[in-house]
Amino acid sequence: MTEGTHATEPKTSKGMLWLLALLPLVLLALLLVLIGRFDVTEAIRGDAPPVEELTFQRVELLAEGFRVTVLNDGPDPVTIAQVLVDEAYWYFAQEPSGELRHLARARLDIPYPWVEGDGHEIRLITATGVTFDHEIAVAIETPRPSWEFFAIFALIGMYVGVLPVALGLLWYPVIRRLGRRGLDLVIALTVGLLLFLLIDTAQEGFEAAAAMAHSYQGIALFLSAAFIAYLLIESFGAWLKSRAPEAENAWVTARLVAIGIGLHNFGEGLAIGAAFALGEAALGTLLIVGFTLHNTTEGLAIVAPLARVRAPVSRLALLGLIAGAPTILGAWIGGFVYSPVWSVVFLAIGAGAIAQVVVQITRQVARGRPVAAYLRSGPVMGGLVAGFALMYVTGMLIG
Amino acid sequence: MPRISRRSILQATGLGSLTAGLGALGRGRLAAAGAEDLSPGRMGHAGHAMGVVGRVDTDAFDPMRFLRSWNFSDLPVEERARYYRETKQPDGTLLREYDLFSVDREIEIAPGVFFPAWTYNGQVPGPTLRAVEGDRVRIRFVNLGSHPHTIHFHGWHPPEMDGSLPDHQVLPGDEFLYEFTAEPFGLHLYHCHSVPLKRHIHKGLYGTFIVDPRAPRPPADELVMVMNGFDTNFDGDNEVYAVNSVAHFHLTEPIRVELGKLVRIYLVNLTEFDPVNSFHLHGMFFDVHRTGTKRETNETTDTIMLCQGERVILETTFRYPGRFMFHAHQSEFAELGWMGFFEAA
Repeated sequence: MTEGTHATEPKTSKGMLWLLALLPLVLLALLLVLIGRFDVTEAIRGDAPPVEELTFQRVELLAEGFRVTVLNDGPDPVTIAQVLVDEAYWYFAQEPSGELRHLARARLDIPYPWVEGDGHEIRLITATGVTFDHEIAVAIETPRPSWEFFAIFALIGMYVGVLPVALGLLWYPVIRRLGRRGLDLVIALTVGLLLFLLIDTAQEGFEAAAAMAHSYQGIALFLSAAFIAYLLIESFGAWLKSRAPEAENAWVTARLVAIGIGLHNFGEGLAIGAAFALGEAALGTLLIVGFTLHNTTEGLAIVAPLARVRAPVSRLALLGLIAGAPTILGAWIGGFVYSPVWSVVFLAIGAGAIAQVVVQITRQVARGRPVAAYLRSGPVMGGLVAGFALMYVTGMLIG
Repeated sequence: MPRISRRSILQATGLGSLTAGLGALGRGRLAAAGAEDLSPGRMGHAGHAMGVVGRVDTDAFDPMRFLRSWNFSDLPVEERARYYRETKQPDGTLLREYDLFSVDREIEIAPGVFFPAWTYNGQVPGPTLRAVEGDRVRIRFVNLGSHPHTIHFHGWHPPEMDGSLPDHQVLPGDEFLYEFTAEPFGLHLYHCHSVPLKRHIHKGLYGTFIVDPRAPRPPADELVMVMNGFDTNFDGDNEVYAVNSVAHFHLTEPIRVELGKLVRIYLVNLTEFDPVNSFHLHGMFFDVHRTGTKRETNETTDTIMLCQGERVILETTFRYPGRFMFHAHQSEFAELGWMGFFEAA
């Protein structure tokens, strides 16, 4: 291109530019109308039965029976014609009534005399005879938001989140007295712990994503949310650093670690709350013990970056709260308003945050050296392996 | 008969609002039947919340009419003549001529649940045929369906009338004339014998064939009950069980019978996928005539079990007024639709 051709380009006014920008959209709208009018797939599908999909979103066990929320995530409308519980046609009331369009939701109240501790199966039959099943493995009444449950979930959150992290922070004086090699080992241990948490969170996220209605594109949602969380925390860290003096760098890292762990623990709280709510936490106490042991190591991860600075107790406590308290919040939300979409999003945010923290710490301890060279040293490798092993063994208690 | 597609039925009936409205109706009936109040605000552990919700459209198929219809007696005179004609023979017997056709059709087997059936004359079970022992039976069968079909009768007949061998298949658009003498007297059945058998039968190609003895049985209120099932999601297991196709129909529409009058039930088992089905009547006993081939009773009981294809004539008289439940004594079948009431008055 030469300068001359640029000069000959017509000058477009601002209004014209808008018009040009909107034109494709207008044409697109016309195209959609056209497709809707003359559905080419109709010729192929002919009289083939509609593609029906229903996803059980929430099943509550109330004293009066089951309360079921279903979502139509298939392309075609679905009409729920009958409801079966344990292979018996059963009375039900649907709200709102009628056909469910794409992504429409309905609530079904089924006055079934369910038996505590037994298993039950709910089956929906659509107008075309397609069936959708939901299994209740162990029937336990769904907790309703009450002060008692609030307190119980808060206590569980304390047990598995706040207290273990606080205990982990008590290693701070030991860490301060470590030599270079010892510190390398502890920080590598921390990285190992975090990498394990990352894998753990990602696995849970993928599982939750796979169980979601197809329309929500669980895996894509998880990965996008994780990536965005990573970038946001990266820029948040950069912003914190730009504001803080050089000496505060260790604090920035510790704070980011605490935030990452906090987000992870929030997801953990959701899972615990939901498990109790869904009556799936038959091994409740063991689950709590497992999480408690597991999470004590998280406190270590927070104080490791602070080995070379002086930390007042109040600042350490604040970090502990950032990392631990979200568990309580997660347990409340998971217990009372569990939603598969939000749990995938929160798990993704946790994963993104942890990934960012891992990168942050590694960058910091490598101090300009190539990361590979840093990893090659004996204490670092030993620390990483120890971190993995610690998480693996304590993770076994969770089952 | 026009082909009825799944889509058009769904659109035509505007199911959405229908089921909801009918739900309330069905509930009202249940409450009237002595069940607890099931108002939506009170989901309580009601003992009688069991049962389907809503009503089926009885314009397409009315189980109540089917009970007491044979030889197309449910049709107006002129229309009936298109499907059934009888001619007196020199020896005093009748020549009975039938027009049967197979056709693919959506049928409603529980309120709002539609099954893509294969039917004889658009209904499941197919029309009940009834002759007297020694009558000549001639059936013109036209296959308007999308697959090869046959009619295989139980009863005496030469092998070329059996409708079971590969060269007996009546291809779509073709027809065949079945002819034989009705014997022995008893309760028989007919069904399609094309392969795969399971599919051709469970899709709905079956019906009842009654052969009366020359000296008639005592007059009675006669009821035809075909025990059947439907596998709506094609997993080899029935989602719906019933007598005469509609789940729990006689829970809300009891069969009215006269106190002290002989009731004769022609009970046929055509349930696919399950080895046996059964019939149990509350508060009473009945005399059993296995396959209806003997005038004397074989046993007196209140529960009878039938293999697929087995059938019995049951006779009883209602002694007390009121409602009497009848159902399969397999609780699973009962709760999946095979349950109803007699109302004696």
